[in-house]
Amino acid sequence: MKILVPIKRVVDYNVKIRVKSDGTGVETAGVKMSMNPFDEIAVEEAVRLKEKGAASEIIAVSMGVAACAETIRTALAMGADRGILVESDVDLQPLAVAKLLKALVDREQPGLVLMGKQAIDDDMNATGQMLAALLGWAQGTFASKLTLEDGRAVVIREVDGGLETVSLALPAIVTTDLRLNEPRYASLPNIMKARKKPIETIKPDALGVDPTPRLTVVSVAEPPKRQAGVKVKSVAELVEKLKLEAKVI
Amino acid sequence: MTVLVLLDHEAGSIKQPSRSAIAAAAKLGEVHVLIAGQDDAAASAAAALAGVSKVLVANDAAYANALAEPLAALLVSLAPAYTHLFAASTAIGKNVMPRVAALLDAQPISDISAVIDADTFIRPIYAGNALATVKSADAKKVLTVRAASFDPVAATGGAASVESVAAVASADVSRFVSAELSKSERPELTAARVVISGGRGMQNGDNFKLLDPIADKLGAAVGASRAAVDAGFVPNDFQVGQTGKIVAPELYVAIGISGAIQHLAGMKDSKVIVAINKDEEAPIFQVADYGLVADLFTAVPELAAELSK
Repeated sequence: MKILVPIKRVVDYNVKIRVKSDGTGVETAGVKMSMNPFDEIAVEEAVRLKEKGAASEIIAVSMGVAACAETIRTALAMGADRGILVESDVDLQPLAVAKLLKALVDREQPGLVLMGKQAIDDDMNATGQMLAALLGWAQGTFASKLTLEDGRAVVIREVDGGLETVSLALPAIVTTDLRLNEPRYASLPNIMKARKKPIETIKPDALGVDPTPRLTVVSVAEPPKRQAGVKVKSVAELVEKLKLEAKVI
Repeated sequence: MTVLVLLDHEAGSIKQPSRSAIAAAAKLGEVHVLIAGQDDAAASAAAALAGVSKVLVANDAAYANALAEPLAALLVSLAPAYTHLFAASTAIGKNVMPRVAALLDAQPISDISAVIDADTFIRPIYAGNALATVKSADAKKVLTVRAASFDPVAATGGAASVESVAAVASADVSRFVSAELSKSERPELTAARVVISGGRGMQNGDNFKLLDPIADKLGAAVGASRAAVDAGFVPNDFQVGQTGKIVAPELYVAIGISGAIQHLAGMKDSKVIVAINKDEEAPIFQVADYGLVADLFTAVPELAAELSK
């Protein structure tokens, strides 16, 4: 069984982002970029499935500017077998990404698509669900455990009240939550090996998809700043302030 | 303009985040709501919600566990009568609505925090560190609503009509197996007036019991930072933060939480924030209205005692 793992190149999670002064977006020039952390978890899960013999090949797919090839190299160093870069300078929104992924799934016929539940830049939390819809496949979102058995995927999902288990017919889409696994660091020999693994580059129109954004970003602004308050000296003073000043207890 | 809002319901009651989603939808026009699943009491509760003019009820076992595949098919079948489809950004809304959007060839707009007009909405990006105003070119808008940004409509006072809708066939690709839900006498995190959360500073799961007397006294929900959840102190559904629950209670008490961006994104809209941490440089103090630099293991029992006076 092949596993397709879509990965996104995003501003590194340790970077404190800055809104551009003209309000058109968030500054990404000269900013450290990395693989979306949820997608790293997806790559790790795919590699573990392959190590257990449950998968034959792992294909890492990224979409966007040419530099996304670096993100694919990271996935290859972690253990993915080959990469596909869908190169585009257009702002690719989840609907377009889902359509592009569907075209790749039709071509590659994976038995499982494993991907992050959301990207930490646009926080949309949508692409996996949308790809599942376009394919007519089952979806197991926010996964904290994944087991493949008897031609089905059993997924433990993180939901509002606790955990939920669903059983999905394969092929299926599984999106990863934080506690599914802890991604490995690529070893130096594996980083060297990854340099020789193939990455294919395709354009959206070769996949028959119009990637025009449906959402226009009118403006991007900083959220209102919260003023730091006061330090109190004792628990008694805290309780007094909450009662008399803030009047919340 | 008529908006259909998918409601989260459980054992005859409508979840508070869904009441916030109705409040957001009401800014655009008439509001109809959908109760899917075998929960007639919830349909009655929905009819009593302020601001709702019609309740659609899809009483069918297929929807009992809110699986995304059948529920999305149902919403798509109802979509022609509506300009907008809304749901709260709950585990159900986040799971189902993007699927609906793809089937309608629309780009979903996730987790909106403000409604500007029928096409334009504000939503947080980068864990709430920026707010994007986005305008949709889609004929039909599919969105989820950040509950903490909208005051919920009243649970009573409405008198909506109730109408049955037919279940829709969908491919049998997913099955519900089981749910392991935390049982608690306390209010839900997203609905509580007061939230008291513990972080890595709590050191272990047992120490979370220290928060109980305070939570009991204040009628508070108990939450946690991602660090505390990842360390296994408490289950995942306690997590407050960008990838956990977004809360905006009247009072948020952060105990032994340093205040990672990820956590702040989930609670910084709280009306009053209290932080107790022994590290006076902790970033949580930059957003706290009242900060106490102290060892939580002395301050927390003291606070419990002080509140009982």
